[in-house]
Amino acid sequence: MLVNETLSQYSDWSYTSATAIYVLALVFFLIEQAFGAKGRIAAERTRERARELVGAGGPPVSESESGTSSTTTSTASVPARGRYERIGRMGVALMVLGALLHFSALTLRGLATHRLPWGNMYEYIMAVTFIAVVAWLVVVKKFPVRHLSGFMLLPVVILMFIGGTLLYTVAAPVQPALQSYWLAIHVTAAIIASGIFMIPGVASIFYLFRTAHERNPEKFARFAPKLPPADVLDRVAYRATVLAFPLFTFGVLCGAIWAESAWGRFWGWDPKETTAFIAWVVYAAYLHSRHTAGWRGTRAAVINILGFAVMVFNLFFINLVTTGLHSYAGVG
Amino acid sequence: MTATETTTAPPPKYRDSRLRRVLAFARNTWRGLTSMRTALILLFLLALAAMPGTLLPQRPLNPPKTDQYIASHGWWGTLLDRLQFFNVYSSVWFSAIYLLLMVSLVGCLLPRTLEYYRSMRAKPVLTPRRLSRMPHFEQARLDRSSDEVFAAARARLKYWRTVERDEEDGTRSISAERGYLRETGNLLFHFSLLGLIVFFALGKLYSYEGQVIVQADGSEFCNSGILNYDSFTPGLRVDGTDLDPFCIKVNDMYAEYTAANEPIAYRSHIQYQSGADLQNNVWQPYLLEVNSPLRTAGDRVYLLGYGYSPTFTVTWPNGQKRSQTIQWATTDTTTELGEGATKFDPPGITDPMVRRTKELAVTGLLAPTPQVQNGILTSIAPELNHPMVAVDVMQGDLGLDSGQTQSIFSIDQTMVDDGRLKRVARENLAEGQSITLADGTKISFDGVQKWVSLQVSHDPTQVYVLVCAISMLVGLGASLLIKRRRVWIRVTPADGGGDGTVLQVGGLARTDQAGYGEEFNRIANELISGEKRKK
Repeated sequence: MLVNETLSQYSDWSYTSATAIYVLALVFFLIEQAFGAKGRIAAERTRERARELVGAGGPPVSESESGTSSTTTSTASVPARGRYERIGRMGVALMVLGALLHFSALTLRGLATHRLPWGNMYEYIMAVTFIAVVAWLVVVKKFPVRHLSGFMLLPVVILMFIGGTLLYTVAAPVQPALQSYWLAIHVTAAIIASGIFMIPGVASIFYLFRTAHERNPEKFARFAPKLPPADVLDRVAYRATVLAFPLFTFGVLCGAIWAESAWGRFWGWDPKETTAFIAWVVYAAYLHSRHTAGWRGTRAAVINILGFAVMVFNLFFINLVTTGLHSYAGVG
Repeated sequence: MTATETTTAPPPKYRDSRLRRVLAFARNTWRGLTSMRTALILLFLLALAAMPGTLLPQRPLNPPKTDQYIASHGWWGTLLDRLQFFNVYSSVWFSAIYLLLMVSLVGCLLPRTLEYYRSMRAKPVLTPRRLSRMPHFEQARLDRSSDEVFAAARARLKYWRTVERDEEDGTRSISAERGYLRETGNLLFHFSLLGLIVFFALGKLYSYEGQVIVQADGSEFCNSGILNYDSFTPGLRVDGTDLDPFCIKVNDMYAEYTAANEPIAYRSHIQYQSGADLQNNVWQPYLLEVNSPLRTAGDRVYLLGYGYSPTFTVTWPNGQKRSQTIQWATTDTTTELGEGATKFDPPGITDPMVRRTKELAVTGLLAPTPQVQNGILTSIAPELNHPMVAVDVMQGDLGLDSGQTQSIFSIDQTMVDDGRLKRVARENLAEGQSITLADGTKISFDGVQKWVSLQVSHDPTQVYVLVCAISMLVGLGASLLIKRRRVWIRVTPADGGGDGTVLQVGGLARTDQAGYGEEFNRIANELISGEKRKK
């Protein structure tokens, strides 16, 4: 059960390189967002739609579903501005490279410690950000939102920076309570769910910008037109939440089963448990709000952001400030 | 308001008779309570109300910390205490919110269950006259005959719930709907949630939890009554009688550490008997570990921790000897530094007044791996390695017969403050060393033994809670990931006779943002091209 120092060192180097590459990718994406065609296409589309709405009565356009088809039509109408498009694609390539390094950092850490590499807060953040990056790459493949990747990478980079500097923990075995196959199941579910929840959080923030602009075109007049249409953002947020929510529920459920065999009760209102419960209730509220008159759209987006805020609170405040049974942060 | 009503109100007609108003009020309250908006607000209130429990210390989890918090926050702490902020999850307001939420849930579920029952028996709705108005629509003129096209469509929609209808002029249509499991899952989720809450509440009534320290030298503990426990937390309907009978014998306790004194493993070899074994006196072996509780007789036994018990022998001047091995509390889990008090009653003294001057207590620190610097004893590692104790020997009145309960780990400080208990020696002792007091009493430190701290838990409903939770998860998955969607096919023989056929396909997703477009396009393309897409 000795820790392999060499592998751990390689893991640290991978982690640092991944973070650096993400920063570089972030810069590329910001360039694309600022000058690229995607942003301008989106802006163009907004103007087109405004015209369509004014000239209502024409042939019905099936716009509610296929954001992709409208993109293709508008691409034809706007002369492709190749350079920034290429920069965006390079950004994605960098992001994939970063994700590979990120993955190797995780793997090496696991090999170095002979256990799953999520036994303390540094490792947990490393895994959550990895999931967020992978999930975002999937979203980019499915939705026309590549130029927004910079804003998605921003929280990832911040988290990785905090993780790598303030919360860094030397590779070590974990205490007896954590030596269980439930570590693999419970924590993995929590990590995947938290990573995916980052996407609706960011998409909902964009949604608020976008709808604020649509209500009053003077608001965010330069930034918001470059965003994808509100319904695309809404759909990204909803689909990611719908995927993450059952996973999160599964994670909490496994946590309860583990708690029953490790701590003597399946639910004890430990601060972490309670905050997970709160986040669960908030996301449940989000799902309900989408079926409630007067709560769809903006309010639902606010609730989703709130849910993500609770998740962040759960990660930082509960681990670092309060003391509970989940105090495995490995920090001071 | 009331004054004007009484003076000017005409005799009530039926329309606003009191009964009617009461009924209207009840109906509106019920409607308001069971509306989705109320449910949403209640959900938020629930989240908000649960929040203080993460920020403030909670009495059931950590009583000393709670008391300390209240004491250090003056009137503010007292106010919060009075408002039940230190016991949030049993508080009146938290209970009120979740009870209202449950009522709201039931009120929402009953009509939905009826609706569900109806919809499961209903046929898919008529094909709209103008399919082109549907959010998804495809139209094509095909060379095949209408019968052929219709048969192909029927085959393609095999797993859908369909109704075929003949319309005028040889036109035929299929209405198809799929994804009924979504609503099934949704209802399953909500009913399971209800069940989970009910069983959780029942569990709180009939569960109990007790902690006990047992010497790891083959000592026994029996779950025969609450007096055997050091602390016992019963559920509301548990009076401490009728506990599930079983006995445990603790044979040893091992703890493994890394070089940095971080624990790797705790394990204890125990033996237990329950059921018929109790009569036959048969002991079953079990290796008790963290994450691996003993489950027997409907109860669970957990290994919480361990510590050390020093053995002291007192030899009084008259030659009488008493030896005791009493657990000392662990003050620091990384070095297992122990702290405690071993109390001795002098034997053979009947006069209580005399005895109250002769009682002895050996108090102090126990270091499993000692280090002495400038006479101060500390522990540098948790494992036993020539252990030492730093003791204060107190003599006088321990207050054992004062009627007040005393902690096993400490002496009553008020006795010291009153001058009735005096320190008569202070010394660091290694194993085998001893102190001789001025009156000739000899106290020797003979060795150290381990104790284990066990928790016994009983919760008869937890398995039902688990079943509910699993079915909740299944229902949740179905209700979020299955899409309810409709597709309509209309097949019309082409104008002017011939073999041609006009095929119209319309689609509608009945759940928001379901992303039905891809599937619809696939169906429409297959029907139009007449060939199955190869996978």
